[in-house]
Amino acid sequence: MSEKQTKELERVTIRFAGDSGDGMQLTGSQFTDTTALAGNDLITLPDYPAEIRAPAGTLYGVSGFQIQFSSHPVHTPGDEPDVLVAMNPAALKVNLKILRDNGIIIVNTDSFTERNLKLAGYETNPLEDDSLKGYQVFPVKITTLTREALKDSPLKLKDKDRSKNFFALGITYWLFTRSMDATLDWIKTKFKKHPEVVEANITALNAGYNFAHSTEIFATHYRISKAKKRPGTYRNVTGNEATAIGFIAAAMRADKELFLGSYPITPASDILHELSKYRNYGVKTFQAEDEIAGIGSALGASYAGDVAITTTSGPGIALKSEFMGLAVMTELPLVIVNVQRGGPSTGLPTKTEQADLLQVLYGRNGEAPIPVIAADSPADCFRAAYEAVQVAFKYTTPVVMLSDGYIANGAEPWYLPKIEDLPEIEIEYATNPENYSPYSRDPKTLARHIAIPGTPGMEHRIGGLEKDDSGNVSYDPDNHDRMIRLRAEKVQKVNDFVKQPQIDGPEKGDLLIVSWGSTYGAVFNAIEEIREKGKNTVSWIHLRWINPLPKTLGKYIHNFKKVLVPEINMGQLLRVIRAEYLVDAQGFNKVRGLPLNTHDIVDAIESQLKG
Amino acid sequence: MALNIQHTDPSKLTRDDFTSNQETRWCPGCGDYSILAQMKKVLPDLGVPKENIVIVSGIGCSSRFPYYVDAFGIHSIHGRAPAIASGIKLANPELKVFVMTGDGDGLSIGGNHFIHLCRRNIDITVVLFNNEIYGLTKGQYSPTSLKGQVTKSSPYGTIENPFNPIRMALASGATFVARSIDREAKHLVEILRRAAEHKGVSFVEVYQNCVIFNDGAFSELTDPKTKKDHVVYLEDGKPMIFGQNNDKALDWKCNSYEIRDLNKNSNTDDLLIHDESSGHAAAEFALASLHEIPGMPTPIGVFRDDKSEETYEEGLINQMHEVTEKKGKGTLEQLLYSGKTYTIE
Ligand code: SF4
Repeated sequence: MSEKQTKELERVTIRFAGDSGDGMQLTGSQFTDTTALAGNDLITLPDYPAEIRAPAGTLYGVSGFQIQFSSHPVHTPGDEPDVLVAMNPAALKVNLKILRDNGIIIVNTDSFTERNLKLAGYETNPLEDDSLKGYQVFPVKITTLTREALKDSPLKLKDKDRSKNFFALGITYWLFTRSMDATLDWIKTKFKKHPEVVEANITALNAGYNFAHSTEIFATHYRISKAKKRPGTYRNVTGNEATAIGFIAAAMRADKELFLGSYPITPASDILHELSKYRNYGVKTFQAEDEIAGIGSALGASYAGDVAITTTSGPGIALKSEFMGLAVMTELPLVIVNVQRGGPSTGLPTKTEQADLLQVLYGRNGEAPIPVIAADSPADCFRAAYEAVQVAFKYTTPVVMLSDGYIANGAEPWYLPKIEDLPEIEIEYATNPENYSPYSRDPKTLARHIAIPGTPGMEHRIGGLEKDDSGNVSYDPDNHDRMIRLRAEKVQKVNDFVKQPQIDGPEKGDLLIVSWGSTYGAVFNAIEEIREKGKNTVSWIHLRWINPLPKTLGKYIHNFKKVLVPEINMGQLLRVIRAEYLVDAQGFNKVRGLPLNTHDIVDAIESQLKG
Repeated sequence: MALNIQHTDPSKLTRDDFTSNQETRWCPGCGDYSILAQMKKVLPDLGVPKENIVIVSGIGCSSRFPYYVDAFGIHSIHGRAPAIASGIKLANPELKVFVMTGDGDGLSIGGNHFIHLCRRNIDITVVLFNNEIYGLTKGQYSPTSLKGQVTKSSPYGTIENPFNPIRMALASGATFVARSIDREAKHLVEILRRAAEHKGVSFVEVYQNCVIFNDGAFSELTDPKTKKDHVVYLEDGKPMIFGQNNDKALDWKCNSYEIRDLNKNSNTDDLLIHDESSGHAAAEFALASLHEIPGMPTPIGVFRDDKSEETYEEGLINQMHEVTEKKGKGTLEQLLYSGKTYTIE
């Protein structure tokens, strides 16, 4: 065995890719947990097909999991992987184009059969021709070696082969000098009902690690030091998990039960799954018969005094929109979560997009304004969910919380807040029958005085018809005009409560970037890169609330020669900004079902600065 | 979540306590008036504090109902009342929740919610005003309009088969299923009372005359000259006897009903006894479909009263208790600081 070197690295992006049945998502999340426990900062990007078990070996069946980790802050899952683990030719073919030059490729050579090569559209074997020149290729007979390691296992050959992802994981653990403890523990709990599977997976993991250690193929392994992060307790979460926890925390702080009415839809279902585990936290999950009943039941629960939410993705919002209008009209607190995915129609269910912004802002009949908050990273979903509940109650209004496929499934370390730092949520219902009228308002917030069923003397009727202040149905033209303005004004008042976004950079200059939602990380990196290049006339505002728009945005926008709005859509916030501020803002738009790349944003900024 | 407040005393409630300050705006002579009048007789007798009564409706003539009763109420959107009502009941199981709906609201646009409400057995009372026509939108055919019926949207007669609401509710698993008629005040009040007192989902179809767009749809069943031959009243534990002189009976033969002429065979001992809780699917469905067979009477009364099923909210509450017992009541600390946490110094 030759001497092995250890090299210190600052930042690595690795991508695991294979068939949807190869367990790549599981491999990736194990690698992620281990990396988080090792103290690195990280962000992940699961990237999988809509088919549950797409035919093996096909290009469209390739499932990928990418993670960037570092001893420094990480804001994106990385533009270009440094390391690609390709379990078959299709995985290689699909991902090669994004791999950085001279990147590492670890391939399972056993899967490079004639049939698989053909399925992937390779005329000749890329491992045997010149096509991988310019990369560091590490060919490993992963299937053969896994079978060899498991030769004493009682499992059938087919089941033994299912352990090969652990062999691959073992290789990467050695490559990045990781402890295997967390994964060993996980295997033991996860498969505890099948001791022979526990045995096989552990053996395969160890075999992969030892193989990498002893083989001559790998001469170097790498070490990434702990990130210098804010001291405190952390936990690795996906956006969907953080969303669920945020709502539970808000309901507990409000001393209320949480009601979720929801219908399963990718990529929002994990919020339903997560919340359904928390029965002992007073969480009621109601899997409704459709999207409409999901929001309808939630609105009913809100009316009767629960903290109520509904979760969905764009197609579900389309179905819920009539109820969203009723929530506006009845002025009941309700949070509607839209985990955006590729559209239109069924679109790209498992991919990310920001193309539902105009839908949630305007996609209802009549004048029906709803406050809209957008989370900017997986862990930020916790804060966004919490804040959405605060606003919904403070202003007696439905609130839309926007997330997207990328941050919903992606994970990052979450700095856990101290319990005492979670703001109180005070919910006060009207209980005094004297002169009660259901549409009387708090003069400061314009919130209506809600009385919930079960409160003596407060019986009243509300509904979808236009009302006057007394709560009676009114067809009076002036009343209708006044009520429409009141409801709009109430939404604007949300600005009195929520934190206004800070401008990053000088208050005047050549270019202002305005962004929202999950592009936060990529824009952050782009701004950093631009400033490193010495261009100091670029500033940035990232919007958290998109309705209402920040009070100061208008002022800043007019302080800059140019405005650039990068989005994963065809320019939706861009339209809002152009209409609102009468400014010739420009968009940077890519709608590929993937997060924006940092270097693309850098290029867009540079071309704005030039032009 | 239940409130910690002193409830009003339900024993003192009267009909007048439920009269709202709103003027009723149904057409004069509409069958809805009778349903409202009977409901107001039932509500004070339920032993439920007034503030715990919630009436939810969708859109349609029938759905104006909440405005006319002084209780909590939501006049919502078309077809969706069951969804809202479900959320209300699950948020606060102490509430007595009613859904007032019609044949269009409940069975057309809201058909999906209706069947799922039935199967879940949430403790909600659904009253369906069946007038076999769309009233509020001025006279189009509804999902219960008879095949061939001439309406504004079917000038040459409908070519659709109607729904049978009772059969739908039975098939969807409702645990209390009954039918009554707007004109039969005494019967209606009794059925509404039993429905309201039933634990679990209760469904009442009320034949309701729309004087404007479908007048006389049920006249055979209400006209004193014809009704005795056309209506058979269902009474638990009794044979099903009807006819001008109580001279006809329903006889269960080879899995279907036949009419026995009691003038020819006066023996009633071997007749099938109506059993609301038999759970006998074939008999239930045959009874629900009876009036679709020419020459057969229309059954009025309780088709099914099954008290054995757990309600959805009982199941939910039990589950919450069980999980809490096993895992302990969750705290904010546990919520946040669980899973694989790690510390950075
Ligand atoms: S249209 Fe028919 S159902 Fe509607 S109120 Fe008038 S009579 Fe009653």
